[in-house]
Amino acid sequence: MTQNVLNDPTLLFLGLLIPLFPLLGFLVNGLLGKFLPKASAGWIGSGVVLASFLCVLCIFNAVSAQDVIRIDVFDWIVFSGIDISFGFSIDPLTVIMMLVVTGVGFLIHLYSIGYMHDDDGFGRFFTYLNLFIFFMLLLVMGSNYLMMFIGWEGVGLCSYLLIGFWFKKDAYNDAAQKAFVMNRIGDLGFLIAMFFLLFQFGTLDFAAIEKLVPGITSHQGLITTIALLLFIGAIGKSAQLPLYTWLPDAMAGPTPVSALIHAATMVTAGIYMIVRSNVLFAMSSVALQVILAIGVVTSVFAAIIGLKQNDIKKVLAYSTVSQLGLMFVALGLGAFTSGIFHLVTHAFFKALLFLGAGSVIHALHGEQDIRNMGGLKKLIPITYITFLLASLAISGFPLLSGFFSKDEILAHAFQQNILIWIILSISSLLTAFYMFRLVYLTFHNSFRGTDETKHHIHESPWTMTVPLVILCALSVVGGVLGLPAVFHAQHWLAGYLSNVTAGSLPYLHHPEHLSHSLEIILMSIAGAGAILMILFARHQYVTKKQLPPSDVSLTGFEKLVANKFYVDELYERFISQPVFKLSDAFGGFVDKQIVDRLVNGVGTLVDMSGKTLRLFQTGSTGFYVFAMVLGMIVLFIIRLLI
Amino acid sequence: MGTVEHIIPLNWYIVLASFLFCIGVMGVLFRKNGIIILMCIEIMLNAVNILLVAFSAYSGNSDGQVFVFFIMVVAAAEVAVGLALLMSIYRNIGSTNIDVLNKLKW
Repeated sequence: MTQNVLNDPTLLFLGLLIPLFPLLGFLVNGLLGKFLPKASAGWIGSGVVLASFLCVLCIFNAVSAQDVIRIDVFDWIVFSGIDISFGFSIDPLTVIMMLVVTGVGFLIHLYSIGYMHDDDGFGRFFTYLNLFIFFMLLLVMGSNYLMMFIGWEGVGLCSYLLIGFWFKKDAYNDAAQKAFVMNRIGDLGFLIAMFFLLFQFGTLDFAAIEKLVPGITSHQGLITTIALLLFIGAIGKSAQLPLYTWLPDAMAGPTPVSALIHAATMVTAGIYMIVRSNVLFAMSSVALQVILAIGVVTSVFAAIIGLKQNDIKKVLAYSTVSQLGLMFVALGLGAFTSGIFHLVTHAFFKALLFLGAGSVIHALHGEQDIRNMGGLKKLIPITYITFLLASLAISGFPLLSGFFSKDEILAHAFQQNILIWIILSISSLLTAFYMFRLVYLTFHNSFRGTDETKHHIHESPWTMTVPLVILCALSVVGGVLGLPAVFHAQHWLAGYLSNVTAGSLPYLHHPEHLSHSLEIILMSIAGAGAILMILFARHQYVTKKQLPPSDVSLTGFEKLVANKFYVDELYERFISQPVFKLSDAFGGFVDKQIVDRLVNGVGTLVDMSGKTLRLFQTGSTGFYVFAMVLGMIVLFIIRLLI
Repeated sequence: MGTVEHIIPLNWYIVLASFLFCIGVMGVLFRKNGIIILMCIEIMLNAVNILLVAFSAYSGNSDGQVFVFFIMVVAAAEVAVGLALLMSIYRNIGSTNIDVLNKLKW
C-alpha cells in the first residue's frame, strides 16, 4: 500500500473551507440572526452546507484511492514526547463520509426550510443544524483521535440541543438528557481508550498508530482492551445493545433532526470510528467477536421491537438501531468496506424514510400514530412514491440500493458462519415486514382520522419534496457504488477504500470466495424472502384490513414486544433507582450527619476559642509589654536548650 | 588591627551591652511615661549597636558597622513616628501616662 500525499495548496485551502462554511453559518445565524429577516436563516443555513458540499465534490474529484491530504493547522498539545496537532486528514474514507454528511445534510437543511417554516425557533434550528454539520465534519476529517473526540462530543451536544429543541415539553427535555447521559457512558470508554493509546504509543495520530500497532502484536491483551473500549464508545454513539434506548426516545426532536442526526450521520459515527481504526480491531479477534455478537443480537432484537410499534417515527428509530446492528456485523466479520457501503445506502434511504414520515406528519398537523392514518396514497402522492421506494430499498427489494449492500453483508456472514447468516436473514425478513406494515397502514385503505384533519391534508411545498425526490433517486441507484462481482462489474467502493483497509488484511481470516452460482442463489433467497414478506404484510394489512389493537388489549409475547421488552423499565429499576437511593443515602446521611457536622464543628470551635482568647486583650499597655518580654525570654530559653 | 582591641577584651563590650539592654527592658517594663519608654527602646537599640560594632571590629569585618548605620536610620524614623504619636496623645488626653490608654480592649 503506497500512499500519495497531495500538497496542492488549492486542495489544502478547499479542505479547510469544508468545515469553515458550516461554522460561518452557525456564527451568522447564531449571532446576527436577530438582525436578519426570519426567512433568511434557512437559506443561509442551507447555502453554507451546499458550499461545503461543492468543496467536497472538488476534493472528491482530486482524491483517488491512493491519495491523502494532510492539513496541519497548528500544533495543539506538545510536551515531553507527546505531539498532538490540530489537523485534518482527508483520505477516501473521509471523502465518502464528507459526501454523505454534506450531501444528505444539505438536502435535509433544504427540507427543514419547508418543515420548520412556522416554528418560532426557525433561526435557532438552523443555527444548531449548522453547528452539527461543523462538528460532524470535524469528526470525520480529524487526523487524530482527539480531533475525532471533539467532533464526537460536539455532535453529542448538538444532538442534545436538537432533541430538546421544543424545550417547553418536559418529556422532550428528559429524552434529550437521556440521550446525553447514555452517550456519556460510551464517551468514557472512548476517552479511556485514548489514554491507553497515548500511554502506549505517545501519539493519537491515525496514520502513526496504524504504523505502530503491528509492532506490539505480542500485547494481545492491550490491543483487545483498547479495541473494546473504543467499541464501548461506538455502542453509545451508534445505539447498540445495551445502550440503544436513547435513540427511540430521541424521536422527540423535530423530524429533520431524526433524519440527519439519528439516522444518516451521527449514529454512524461509531461505524466510521471502527473502520478508521480497522488495523487495531483486525488484530484482536476477541474484539471482532464481541462486535459481531452485539451487532447480531441488536439487529434482531430491534427488528422484533419494530414489529409492534405504532408511532411512525418509533418504527423508523428501531429500524435504524437494527440496521446499525447489521453494519456492526459487517465490521465484526472484518468486512469493513461492506459496513461503509451499507452506511452510505442506509443514509440515503433512512434519511428519505424519516423525511417522508416528516412530510406525513406535516400533512396531518402533528399526528404520528399510524392507527390514525391510512389512505394517504392519493392525497400526498410524491411522499407516497418516495416513501414506498425507500421502504423497498431498506427491505432488500432486488436491484435497489439496500439489496446490494445488505446482500454483501449476508454473503460475508454466509462465508464465515452460517448461523449468523440465518439470524441476519430473519432480521431482514422482519425488516421487510415492519416496513410494509408501516407503508400499508399509513398510505393504503381509507383515512382513519377525523374529517377535519382530512380536509387539511396537502402535499408538502417544493423545498420538502425536492429533497425527497433526490434522496429517492439515490436510494434506488445507490447500489451502483458496490455492484457485486456476479454482475461483472467492479466494486467501486471497495476499490476506492482499498488503501484505508489494506493494513488490516494480513490479520483477517479470508475464507474462499463464494462461487457465482451460490452468490446468485443467496441473492435470490434474500430477494424472494423480502418480496414474500411484503406480500404477507399486504395480505395482513390491506386484504384483511387488520389494525394494530390498542396497547392495553395486548397479552403475552405481543405485550412484551409492544412494551419494548420492558428494557427501559429494567434500567429504571436496576440502575436508576439504586443510583437515586444511593444519592439519597449520601445526601441524607453522609452529607447531613458527617460532612455538615464536621464543618459546623470547625465553625463552633473557632467561635469558642475567639470568645475565650479575646479576654487576653486587656487594653493595658504594660501588660502587653510584659507579655512580649516574657515571650522573648521563653523563646530565648528554648533556643538555648535545643 | 588597632590597639584598642588588645587593651580592652571583647567580653567587656558584651557585658556593657547586656547591662544597657537590661536597663532598657526594665525601663520599658516598669516606667509609665511614654517618653521614657521610647528612650528605653533607644537604649536597647544602642546596646545592640555596641555589640555589632564590637564584633565587627574584633572579627575584622566591616559588615556589622554598616548594619549599625541602618539601625540608626530606622531608629531615627521610629522615634520621629513615636514622638508624633505621643504628641497627639498628649493633646487629646493631657497626659503621656500609658496606663490611661486602656480603652482599646475586648
